[in-house]
Amino acid sequence: MTPPASLKLASHEGRAAEAAPGPEAALAIRGLTVSYGQTPAVFSADATFPARTMSAIVGPNGAGKSTLLKAALGVIPRVSGEVTAFGRPVAEARERIAYVPQRASVDWDFPATAGDVVLMGLYRRMGLLGRVTGAHRRTVRACLGRVGMADFEGRQIGELSGGQQQRVFLARALAQGADLYLLDEPFAGVDAATERAIIDVLKALRDEGRAVVAVHHDLSTVTRYFEHVLMLNVRPVAEGPVETAFTAEALDATYGGRLAATHMDSLILATA
Amino acid sequence: MGAEFVQFSLPPILIGTLAAIACALPGNFLILRRQALIGDAISHVVLPGIVVAFLVTGTVAALPMLVGAGGAALVAVVLIEVIRRLGRIEPGAAMGVTFTTLFAAGVLLLERSDTSSVHLDVEHALMGNLESLVWLDATGWASLADPAALAGLPPELPRIAAACAVVVALTALFWRWLRISTFDEGFARGLGLPVGAIGLGLVATAALAAVAAFDAVGSIIVIAMFICPPAAARLMTDRLEVQVAWSVAFATLSAVAGYVLAGYGPLWLGHPHAVSAAGMIAVVSGAILALACLFGPRRTRSGAATGSG
Ligand SMILES: Nc1ncnc2c1ncn2[C@@H]1O[C@H](COP(=O)(O)OP(=O)(O)OP(=O)(O)O)[C@@H](O)[C@H]1O
Ligand SMILES: [Mg+2]
Repeated sequence: MTPPASLKLASHEGRAAEAAPGPEAALAIRGLTVSYGQTPAVFSADATFPARTMSAIVGPNGAGKSTLLKAALGVIPRVSGEVTAFGRPVAEARERIAYVPQRASVDWDFPATAGDVVLMGLYRRMGLLGRVTGAHRRTVRACLGRVGMADFEGRQIGELSGGQQQRVFLARALAQGADLYLLDEPFAGVDAATERAIIDVLKALRDEGRAVVAVHHDLSTVTRYFEHVLMLNVRPVAEGPVETAFTAEALDATYGGRLAATHMDSLILATA
Repeated sequence: MGAEFVQFSLPPILIGTLAAIACALPGNFLILRRQALIGDAISHVVLPGIVVAFLVTGTVAALPMLVGAGGAALVAVVLIEVIRRLGRIEPGAAMGVTFTTLFAAGVLLLERSDTSSVHLDVEHALMGNLESLVWLDATGWASLADPAALAGLPPELPRIAAACAVVVALTALFWRWLRISTFDEGFARGLGLPVGAIGLGLVATAALAAVAAFDAVGSIIVIAMFICPPAAARLMTDRLEVQVAWSVAFATLSAVAGYVLAGYGPLWLGHPHAVSAAGMIAVVSGAILALACLFGPRRTRSGAATGSG
């Protein structure tokens, strides 16, 4: 199955795969500390997510995974730390970053269709007053098609199921044509077929030379889906290629011994 | 429909319509942000603002009134933020506290001070004086092209027209920013948009509309137009563009039909006196909202509960 010709044009508009040269880090985090109140949610975190790679962030509930992504993007303020994307401060690299929040905290009652939401991914390129052209419309349709939502373009977003909503927000990120994708639990609450479809899209992005960083909860698929992993529990516990960093000791330290030993064995076996 | 219509009905209808549109446009976004009460708050705090302006300057000239009203709106917006942050209470409660207190202060000030010599009273504040905004220099439709006659237009008309033009221009210019920051604040921040400034700008625009409209039509229309046309429009469609278009149509319909019903309705019913046009415009907008609730095509949205948190 070859993707429609318009798709290529759509998601890159010329500025394609070669965008991330060499061993440059797609996202580099240095000494990041974030706090909502007295106690820090993320403390002194370092992480280097390589370009052209699928990276996972794993850790228990409340470990600060979402917080790390939001603070890296500047959606919430950070206490300290430096974050660069492709070697530049995040504020200067925004058009190269797309972010899909965990269960998007949007107003589901808002008068917008799935197509409208995906179109928002093009706003940065269209500018404040640029017209919506036929090419933009085709991009929207292609991106919805890529996540298997082509038939829902005109549906009000509140009238979609949770998994369908998730895919619409992924389509919006695709429309942004970014080089770095930050996804907060892209597989939460989606069925097996949808998970398959989403992982295929992400791997295609990786193969095009883009970087994907996803918060991921299903430890049994970490080794199958990702090449790089950050294990986080407020502080970073381990980071590196999955084969070396995703170990029983690291899992134990990250989850505070709450994972049964037998379960852990099966996870690590999967690596071999 | 000749000279008399142009003299006595055209200016109030135009002023009412422009005021309604100026309020309805920002009202769309305020409602979607669950901030509809801000419009209410602003239109209430305008009263103490103009009373203080009168006490300070001793005149009811337009400029000090507008400055006083604008200043009061600003004070209210800041107060609401302060109460919300310090008291850690929900915005609706903060707004309620702020505007009822300030409005009550305005009424007290008005009663205690000697304003009997001028046209400044509670009824005026609520209802405005739409019916009195007549154009005596007009001799017919031709006067619309006659500079000498145009100079005699009630000054409220160019003022509200200018305010309405500013509101329309700002809404059009910042349309995408407004839509995106209203729908998905996190995404807007990720794009690097000034989300906080957009929110303040929206409230400031609403304040401009409220102050300009208050001058001509009183706070009842202002409150009704911030809420009723956009709320009714939301029930007609699932597209923001279409919703805003409907809200402008409903605002216009309310103003025109309200004015006509207020002037002639009682006569048709055998009563000799017309009723307040401002009150009737608000009633018509409420009736439109009620009809939209009963018959609007998008009044049941099943998906509203699917996503949260
Ligand atoms: N808006 C907030 N205000 C106050 N505390 C917060 C807020 N958001 C998160 N926290 C706290 O910060 C910590 C980290 O939260 P975060 O959402 O980053 O965790 P997470 O790793 O994404 O968890 P999950 O796997 O459940 O999504 C938690 O202890 C949480 O209670
Ligand atoms: Mg999370």
